[in-house]
Amino acid sequence: MIQDTAIKECADMREITFSEALGEAMYEEMTRNPTIFTYGEDIAKQGGIFGAYKPLLGKFSDRIIDTPISEEVIFGSALGAALAGMRPVAEFHFADFIFTGMTAVTNQIMKIRYMTGGQAKLPLVLRGPDGISKSAAAQHSESIETIFMHVPGIKVIIPSTPYDMKGLFKTALRSDDPVICFEHKLLYKMKGPVPEEEYYIPFGVADVKRKGKDVTVVTTSRMVHESLKAAEVLLKEDIDVEVIDLRTLIPLDKKTVIDSVKKTHHLVVAHETWRKGGWGAEVASVVQEEAFDYLDAPILRVGARNVHIPFSPPLQDFVVPDHKDVEKAVKKVLGEV
Amino acid sequence: MDYSKEFLQGLYRTMVRSRAFDSKAEELFLEGKLPGFIHLYIGEEAIATGVMANLRKDDYITSTHRGHGHMIAKGADMKKMMAELYGKITGYCRGKGGSMHIADLSIGVLGANGEVAGGLPIASGAGMAIKLKKTDQVVVAFFGDGASNRGAFHEALNWCSVYKLPVIFVNENNQFASTERVQETTSVQNISDRAVSYSIPGVTIDGNDVSAVYETVKSAVERARNGGGPTLIEAKTYRIKGHFVGDPTLYRGKKEVQEYWKREPIGRFEKKLKEMGMLTDKEKENIKNEAEKEVEEAVKFSEDSPFPEPVSALQDLFVDDTGYGY
Repeated sequence: MIQDTAIKECADMREITFSEALGEAMYEEMTRNPTIFTYGEDIAKQGGIFGAYKPLLGKFSDRIIDTPISEEVIFGSALGAALAGMRPVAEFHFADFIFTGMTAVTNQIMKIRYMTGGQAKLPLVLRGPDGISKSAAAQHSESIETIFMHVPGIKVIIPSTPYDMKGLFKTALRSDDPVICFEHKLLYKMKGPVPEEEYYIPFGVADVKRKGKDVTVVTTSRMVHESLKAAEVLLKEDIDVEVIDLRTLIPLDKKTVIDSVKKTHHLVVAHETWRKGGWGAEVASVVQEEAFDYLDAPILRVGARNVHIPFSPPLQDFVVPDHKDVEKAVKKVLGEV
Repeated sequence: MDYSKEFLQGLYRTMVRSRAFDSKAEELFLEGKLPGFIHLYIGEEAIATGVMANLRKDDYITSTHRGHGHMIAKGADMKKMMAELYGKITGYCRGKGGSMHIADLSIGVLGANGEVAGGLPIASGAGMAIKLKKTDQVVVAFFGDGASNRGAFHEALNWCSVYKLPVIFVNENNQFASTERVQETTSVQNISDRAVSYSIPGVTIDGNDVSAVYETVKSAVERARNGGGPTLIEAKTYRIKGHFVGDPTLYRGKKEVQEYWKREPIGRFEKKLKEMGMLTDKEKENIKNEAEKEVEEAVKFSEDSPFPEPVSALQDLFVDDTGYGY
């Protein structure tokens, strides 16, 4: 298996969906490693509510388990199984429902290695969908990745393409630290090139999704695509945007961001989660601490407005950012609005 | 009970060692030598002792905030325990956990836990791992009466019943959740009554009778090892000491505590062994002296050990800690 930087250039690519990329990563690693097992609600018969596990059905019968709706045990048991020598992959169904078992994540999984002075190795993965879909309202639409960046003790991956999904998830399945993976609902059906050959993507390496010279946009997940869309529109106005996809929040690739800012002198951070206190604020802080002299304008943040995700389509559209918000922010940071 | 003198004295010795450790910890805390706060297992020693006499080294336990007795009975090193109470680098957790987070994964202790009922989901996962690996190990999840009112208890019992996992739920009903009496906060007379909701056996026993604990857990462990699934055992005891060292215990009278001192497990077992001709005064003295010596050595080891370097606070979050300390 080779690192992704080498493969992008040369490998035979085919188009598969984000969901299929996850399924392939699981299939390959479960075949290789008999200690991997996965469980959650609606997965063993249906392949997950978004169908990502369909390639696994009928192939690893005792290692794909449907569970009761018991989030505290879904997460807490991942910890117990990892301590007892297995490599569990627990699904959280919807990111919003992580809160129903949150104590097992923040108080147990994320603390036990530290509290035990490094005795515990925790090869476990928590994964599932986050973000908006078509009018799912406030309890099925949240993006809460910032919380897991804020509290120490878990690696946070948040892929935006099938290629990144597969490569990052294969790394997660070989990690000896806990990993949480957020998969945006609107990305599952999105297609993209993925090599036939096996590869992995190391954590903490951001990907420059589009090179540009005027403004840096740092983003993740669905907003990567909105930012790329914005970049296309802005190009017509002679504004050349660099789009950086962080891919992982913990570890955070500060270097790629700072190097880009040194080149463009303008930074916009863009995420679907709330603007107030979102991870973009952390990135903005890091940049002003470490590259203040390179900035020609204050850093701007794009994120959801400070309310919950409403049901009605015009309300949801108003609250959640899209490419138009990125366009506005880029122009504003350049002083063109 | 038809057991060898060696086995019975072994049970007695474990209880005496546990008592000696916690008595010393109490003394050290009151002298201001231990940081944080500690919860004593004094008066509840028969439970850990009776349970652990049924377990192998490769069996797992999850412990509680009142877990010193569990650690000792499972075979932990008293020196590393005491050093952790002191916050020293030689402690089990290199000074990062303290009394409430002691763990020794090498002997199957998946951690004490500062969160009430926090160990039950973890035990459920260890049970899943055992089932998948197809070994005959078992897991014992210790928890208090207060924990039986948390959602995690109900989720875990249902879960382990559904998958028939080899998990034995040992409820140490010491009658108090912090300052609250169990009967004022709990809907059932016996916590074991709750087993019926999860279609598993539930039994209430005298938790101050080490023989009863041993015998009951023995059959539950056999059942679990043979694929029979979980059992809920409620061991009724009494928290002779406060919730933590320094608790003014305004919620109960001295007389009540004096009554329970008469029923504490070590004196009871001692009397029984003497009646059976299994323990002489001299043997009793020897066991006590050895335990106290072991504790004194643990104290000396701890006091001679250095505190951790402050910068070591930035280690042990991840397998490779470089780059996360920002």
